[in-house]
Amino acid sequence: MLDNLKLLFIWAPVMNVQLILDGIFIGAVFALTAYGLALVWGVMNIKNLAQGDFVIMGGYISFALFNAGFHPLLTLPLAMILMFGFGWLVYVIIIRRVIDKDMFTSLLATFGLSLLMQQVINLIFGPEVQTVDPDFKIYSAFDDFVTIPSIKILSLVLAALLALGVVLFMKKSRLGQSIRATAQDPRAARVMGINTDRVYAITFALNAAICGAAGVLVAMIWVIQPFYGIVYSIRSFAIVTASGLGNLPAVIGAGFGLGLAEQYTGIVFGAEYQVASAVVLLLLVLMWRQIKLRQKREVVR
Amino acid sequence: MTRTNEVLAYIVLAAVGILGPVFFENYIQQIAVLWIMVLMASTWDITGGQMGYNSLGNITFFGAGMYISAVVQISMGYDVAEYTAAFGAIKVDFTDTQYFTGIALGIIAGGIGAFLIAILFGIAVFGLRGPYFAIGTLGIAVAAGQFVGTIQYLGGGSGISMPVYPGGVDQRNVFFYILCFIITVISHIFLKWLYSTQFILAINAIRDDEDKAEAMGIKTGIYKVVAWSIAAFFMGLIGAVFGNMIGFIEPIEVAFPTATFGIFMVAMALLGGKGTLWGPILGAIVFHIIKETTWTLLLGWQWVALGTLIIINIVFFQQGIVGWLQEVKPEWFGLTVDSTSKKSEA
Amino acid sequence: MNQIIEVQSVSKSFGGVQANQDISLSVKEGIITGLIGPNGSGKTTLFNSIVGQHPIDNGNILFQGKEISKLRVGEIARLGLLRTFQQTRIYNKMNCVDNMEISVSHRGRRFGSMFSSRKGEILDRAEELLDFVGLYSKRFLISGDLSFGQQKLLEFAMALMNDPKVLLLDEPTAGINPTLINGLIDRLKRANEEMGVTLFVIEHNMRVVMNLASHVFCLAHGKLLAGGPPSEIQNDQKVIDAYLGAH
Repeated sequence: MLDNLKLLFIWAPVMNVQLILDGIFIGAVFALTAYGLALVWGVMNIKNLAQGDFVIMGGYISFALFNAGFHPLLTLPLAMILMFGFGWLVYVIIIRRVIDKDMFTSLLATFGLSLLMQQVINLIFGPEVQTVDPDFKIYSAFDDFVTIPSIKILSLVLAALLALGVVLFMKKSRLGQSIRATAQDPRAARVMGINTDRVYAITFALNAAICGAAGVLVAMIWVIQPFYGIVYSIRSFAIVTASGLGNLPAVIGAGFGLGLAEQYTGIVFGAEYQVASAVVLLLLVLMWRQIKLRQKREVVR
Repeated sequence: MTRTNEVLAYIVLAAVGILGPVFFENYIQQIAVLWIMVLMASTWDITGGQMGYNSLGNITFFGAGMYISAVVQISMGYDVAEYTAAFGAIKVDFTDTQYFTGIALGIIAGGIGAFLIAILFGIAVFGLRGPYFAIGTLGIAVAAGQFVGTIQYLGGGSGISMPVYPGGVDQRNVFFYILCFIITVISHIFLKWLYSTQFILAINAIRDDEDKAEAMGIKTGIYKVVAWSIAAFFMGLIGAVFGNMIGFIEPIEVAFPTATFGIFMVAMALLGGKGTLWGPILGAIVFHIIKETTWTLLLGWQWVALGTLIIINIVFFQQGIVGWLQEVKPEWFGLTVDSTSKKSEA
Repeated sequence: MNQIIEVQSVSKSFGGVQANQDISLSVKEGIITGLIGPNGSGKTTLFNSIVGQHPIDNGNILFQGKEISKLRVGEIARLGLLRTFQQTRIYNKMNCVDNMEISVSHRGRRFGSMFSSRKGEILDRAEELLDFVGLYSKRFLISGDLSFGQQKLLEFAMALMNDPKVLLLDEPTAGINPTLINGLIDRLKRANEEMGVTLFVIEHNMRVVMNLASHVFCLAHGKLLAGGPPSEIQNDQKVIDAYLGAH
């Protein structure tokens, strides 16, 4: 561990550049997933524990289409469309029935969905680790110390464009306005003639599409495996917990922060701690919030 | 439940517990697992059903008990680090006394260790409410598995093979069956006593309105931690037994199986009816029977079927079997329902 | 007579709204004190500040001469300062007797008493108090199934079960059938006289306050307007203006 620290700060400080870049690349994907979670949480009060499995499913759609001969970049819109449909289906079958029940019901129902999705993906694709290798150009700098695959840069740009698109949609479009109205007061929205059931369906499907897009990016810049979903869910919860609902700059900041934190713990403590670090960060965030609220005689709810 | 129904239930359960393994010798392990499931569901229900704190991480204590007992048992005769580093190359050669004192101490240490861990984590997570609590505890369970997998002293991801039972296979099966059965019976007697004291009122009050309970001066923090630690103690005991029964422990699939036992116990408690003494027991029995009878027929799709079952259970049948019976046949449970009350004065 | 609660220049604001502004008042031990004021004048905020529901911006709150403004709700309750809620709060999936039993005072309780038996004097006391508020015949009903008024009485009985030194009641008569109000007033008075509980009551119904309290404070726009015996308050021009101005 000490050697690793020395490596970073004394022997090869350039490695920090690589870590920071990787942290930002992967952090963008985390932020995207977390934004989707914040959306369904804020609008329909659903805590979606299948969030990470939506990501993985998006990744596998991309993987399947890529193997069927599609251009990797073309799989992104296709995966988003398919995931939008899937999200709608999930809403109609499950979410609609748990939306006005207590919190734990939605949490557990989505956890059940998460198990189901893992197993189905596992049955179809098998438990091996997979990746979509688009075989794009790889840039390097500092005497090959730092390598930047252009696909990573591209994915960062795509993630940013996607986030921008969603924000514009929420702010400007009529539909986005009705989503925000429903989030504030569903009853008032219903009285004003907004079809809240449809708004919920669109919100949930939109979230699934965002996750799907994130999954495509993950498949291209990293790896996917049927059982990796849960960690993405926990990451999303960590980010949303740290940044609060409906605060996009904070979500992006926390996403990058988590990406960096994972890269650094991966190097300093060893790669096997990379996943645990997300969980530890979640717990730290929760405890920090408890202490802050305790001073105000309040609790985290 | 009314007295006669309860006595009847005990007679049936005792008969299954004692005669089951005699007549269905081949299924002795499955019946042992049934008792483990009963214990898991019942102890989950202390916090989940009675106190309204839905933990998704009680499985942490199962694994903790398992690993603690492994360390205690192996250290009876070997250096643990050497033993785990050899990856099973060292064959354990314990005398009978060594083995049995080891396992006895291991089980007790597993229970107490899990109890202490629950106090520690409890202080950290019980300031959280609702979704944050559920996700925080799930996080603990996932992290526990990952974390133990990195500790070379505990065999890392490749696990530890437990000391071998000195005796034949049949004798071994009976031995572990009896341990599972007895620990489950003890846990049930303990819960039955616990639910007859003022403790149950306090944790029910926390479930119904925690802020009110706080405002009435109940030390909710202590009650919450104690309730969870009790569950942890029994989970630790049974985890220690299960590790020995399986004979080989490893972090993800055996010790901290968040996605199997970890969610099963919640599903079983909900299926039977949470917040009742008998609901989780009934739920565990029904769940286990469905699982064991359909398992082999489904050919690879069993996990999918199970996920579907959990979703259907949660979405469509929330109140559970006992909850449903209480609505339909309240007199079976000795509940007084005064139907005129809602319209009367004031 | 001692001052059991002393509120010293307490202020509390929520964002830009000044809910309480430099309020100083004191509650005498052993009597019934009333707190009146138009809607939104900061009465409930003051109650919440006293029992520790939220932090106060500045000022001091003393209970029996001890500073309590930094303590948490549970700690204050265990000192013997209790409140009931405007929106009645009971444990609605438990029956009335259970609601009463768990409301027993947790002052100076030992750890082991968590597991004490449910029989004995606590049960007797619970039934006695249920009888006192007239809910004895309903004692085995799930409390959530009771009518609103009955729930209010149950909450009052639960508070008495806790054996408090001071009880803060937030609109005890709101939502109660007018024919039962006299009975309730009578019970409040008996709780005060026979059980020695000091009462501090928020009340909208002027007739009730004048009948009940021997000292009354009036709040308006977050400030203390007047304080004194009911007859004096009733004729205070500032109080009359505040009420008329608000409606």
